Amino acid sequence: MEATTVYTLNFDPDVCESCETCDCLMKCQYMAFDLAEAKKEKDNINRGKDSRVLIECATCYACEAYCPANNHPFYLIVERQEEKGILPAPAPITRQQTLMMKPKGTITPMRVSPPVIDMCYFPMLTDSIKEPLYENPSIIVGSDIFCNIMWLHFARNSVIREQLPRAIDNIWHYYLRDSHVDELICFHDECYATFTHLAPAFNIPVPFKAVHVFEYISGRLDELKDIIEPVNAPVAYQRPCSNRLIPETQHWVDDIFQKIGAQRVKRTYDRDNALCCGQVLRAHQREEMADDVQNRNLEDMKAAGAVYCVFNCPACMMAMAEPVAQKGIFPIHLSDLCQSTLQGDAPKG
Amino acid sequence: MQDILKLLADIVGPQFVSDSPEEKLIYAMDPGTMPPCEPDIVVMPGSTEEVQKIVQTANTHAVPVVPLGAGLVLSGLSRPLKGGIVLDMKRMNQILEINEISRYALVEAGTSQGMLQAYLQKHFPNLKHSAPDAPPAATVAGNVSIHGSGHLSHAGGFHSDMLNGLEVVLPTGELVRIGSCATSPYWFARAPLPDLSGLFLGWAGTTGVITKLAIKLYPSYPLNDVGVFVCEDASLMPDILYRITGAQMAEDVTAWMTPKPDWAASFLHCNVNYGARTPKELLWKRNLIRASVEKYINEKTGGFLPLPSMMKNRFLEVPARQLSLFADVRKGGGFEYVGAIMPVELFPQAYDLGLDVSDSVGVNYSMGCRIIGVNHCMMFFYAYAFNRADPRDVDRAQAALEKTNRQVVDMGGIPWKAEAPAQKEIIRKMDPNMFALMGRLRSTLDPNGIMNPGNWEEG
Repeated sequence: MEATTVYTLNFDPDVCESCETCDCLMKCQYMAFDLAEAKKEKDNINRGKDSRVLIECATCYACEAYCPANNHPFYLIVERQEEKGILPAPAPITRQQTLMMKPKGTITPMRVSPPVIDMCYFPMLTDSIKEPLYENPSIIVGSDIFCNIMWLHFARNSVIREQLPRAIDNIWHYYLRDSHVDELICFHDECYATFTHLAPAFNIPVPFKAVHVFEYISGRLDELKDIIEPVNAPVAYQRPCSNRLIPETQHWVDDIFQKIGAQRVKRTYDRDNALCCGQVLRAHQREEMADDVQNRNLEDMKAAGAVYCVFNCPACMMAMAEPVAQKGIFPIHLSDLCQSTLQGDAPKG
Repeated sequence: MQDILKLLADIVGPQFVSDSPEEKLIYAMDPGTMPPCEPDIVVMPGSTEEVQKIVQTANTHAVPVVPLGAGLVLSGLSRPLKGGIVLDMKRMNQILEINEISRYALVEAGTSQGMLQAYLQKHFPNLKHSAPDAPPAATVAGNVSIHGSGHLSHAGGFHSDMLNGLEVVLPTGELVRIGSCATSPYWFARAPLPDLSGLFLGWAGTTGVITKLAIKLYPSYPLNDVGVFVCEDASLMPDILYRITGAQMAEDVTAWMTPKPDWAASFLHCNVNYGARTPKELLWKRNLIRASVEKYINEKTGGFLPLPSMMKNRFLEVPARQLSLFADVRKGGGFEYVGAIMPVELFPQAYDLGLDVSDSVGVNYSMGCRIIGVNHCMMFFYAYAFNRADPRDVDRAQAALEKTNRQVVDMGGIPWKAEAPAQKEIIRKMDPNMFALMGRLRSTLDPNGIMNPGNWEEG
C-alpha cells in the first residue's frame, strides 16, 4: 500500500502564545480589534475554537507578512475554516471553482530552455511573453501546472495539499528535469509565492528554483537599457494579495519603475497598506465591502495623479481594468509597460 | 395549380411567386425535426392589399394558405401540412411608426427582430423592444403570434402581452383592425375595447394573416449589468426565482443548466439582467436583487458568481449568441427545443424530466427557463441538438421531443408553439368545450378551412 504524505503546516502555538503584539490581527485592514480582543481571538483560533476572525477574514493574506515570527497565522486561519466547515464563499461557488480549475490531465512532455516562463493556468497572457523583453523564452501553461494558491480564499487547504504537489511534480517531470533546467520564472506573484512560501510552510518539496518575473525583468532592463524610452509618467501599482506572502520582492517594483522612468505615485493604499482588488470579496458575496475597497483604491490612484495603473496579478487586472479605465487611468500589466518602453510605443495615458 | 400560379403572379408580379422545386424544398421545412411538407406555390406579397387579394384568390379556389415569417419557429408550424400556398411576409418589413412618448412601434408583419433592434439603436437609443433569443431574422409578428418571450419578459410578460394592436387579413379577405387603432389613429393599447387579438394569438396561423402590429417599447438603459446566481438544488429554484422576481428590479430573469463544460454540470444558474441610467442606480438595483436572496447567501447554499465585467459580456448580449453555439454542437444544422409554459413551482419536476429524457433517449441537452412576468409562469425549455444528416440522430431528438411533450402535458405544463403532434397531446388534456369553441370560431372565420390546415385539429 502506498504511503500517503501528510503535508503538515509549520505553525508553533507556543511562539504564537508568547507574542505580545498580535500584529497579525492588530494590523488587519479589514477587521478592528483592541489588543485584548486580538489575543483572545488568536487564542481561540489556536485552540480550534470559534472565532469571528474565521467568519470575517477577507483572506487578503497580509497577516502572513505582519507576523514577526513568520508563524503562518493566515494559513492557520484557513486550516481552521476548513476544519470547522466555515465557508467564506457559498458552497456551490466553491465547488464550481474547484471543478473549473481542476487539472485536466492533458500535460505532455516538452523540451524547454531558459528562460522558462511559468504562466500558470492563464494562457490569455502568453502574448505578453515576447522579444525583446523575454529573450528566446519557453512558455509553460495549463491546468496541470496550476499553482492552486487561490484555494486559500475558499477555505480549501485540502485542495492545495492534494493538487499542489502534483502540479510541482508535473513542472519538474514534464518540463524542467529532462531539459536540465532548474530555474522557473514565475510570471505571477501567485506562483512565486506558492513555490517559495506556501509550499515550504506545508512541507511540500519544490525541486527547482523559483525566480520572480520582476527579478528577471529587472535584469533584462539592465541589459537593454540603451533602448529604453522612459515612460516619464506617474504610475500606480496594484499590489496583489499573493505579494503579501513575498514582501522581499517588493523592491523589484521600485527598481523596475526607476529603470523605465516611471514615477511610483505616493498614495495611501500602496505597499504595506495596499488594498484588495475586490474580486475575492465578491466571491465571498461581500459586494458592498468590495465596492468600498475598490472605490477607495481608485480614488486614491486618481488623487495621486496616476496616469497608468500597473498590475501583475491577472485576477486583479480583470477585476479592476474597467473601473480603472473609467477613472481615466490606463490599466496595463507591468510586463507590458516595460515591453512598450523597449519598443517606444508606450500607450498614451 | 398553374392557374393559381398565374393569378398570384398577376397580384405580386412574376418575380415574387414561384413553384420551382428548389424554392419549394426550402419552404418545406424548418431547422427542427418535423418532416418536410412541400407547398405547391410560394408567394411574397409586398402590401396589405396584395395579401388580401392572395387570400381572396385562395379562398375562392379553396387552396390552403400558410403565413410565414422567418420560418424559424423550429416546430414546423409553417410547413404546409396539406400543401397549398406559403405566404412569405418578408417583403413587408417597413417600420411605420415609433411613438417615443407612448413607447410603441408600429411595424409591418415581415419586420425582423434585428431590423427593429438596429433601427431603435440608431434612431431612438432610449428605447428598445423585447427581443427573443432567436436569430435576428426572426420576425416581430411571428414571435408575438406564438406567445413568444424575450429579454424584457420579466418586466413585460409574454410578447403577446406587449401587443398594442393588430391589422389582420381574415381568411375571407376582409381587413380588420384590432385594438385602439380600430377607433383612433394611435396604436397605444388593446384596451378598453373588446379584445379580439386573442383570435390571432397562439392559433398557428389558422385564423388569419397579420399584416401590421404595434408592440410596446421600453426604456433602453445606458448601463447594463448581470448577476449570475448559482445553486445546486433544483428544489430551491422556485423560491429563488420568486424572491429575485419579487424585487422587481430586473428586466429579464433566466435559468440555465447544461452538462458541458464539465464544471457547469449539476449546477443551476440564474441570470438576472438589469439596467440603469446612472452608476448609483445600477448599484442600488444590484443591492436590492442581492438582498432578495440573502437567505441563501447567508446559508451558503447559493450565491452570485464573481464575474469580472469582461466575463459578463456574453450574458449581456441580446440576443444571446451562446445559444446558437449549442444549437450547432452536433453539427449538421439540426436544433429543436420544447418550450413548455408552466407554473414556476414545477421547476424541479421539469428539470428532472429533462435529465431523465436526455439520459433515456441519449441526446445532448441544454435546459433552462425564462421567467414571464413577476414569476407568473415560466417558459421552460429543453433543447436537443441533432445532426440533420444522421437519420438516427434525428429520430433520437424526435423521440426526446415527443417524450418531453407528453410528460410536460401530464405534469400540468403546456408545450409552447406546439408542432402538430404536440397539439394533439394538448387537445387530449384540453377542456372539450374550449376545443369545440375553437372549432366554431375557426369555421366562422374560415368557412373553407384554408388557413394552415392540419393544425389544431383532432385525430
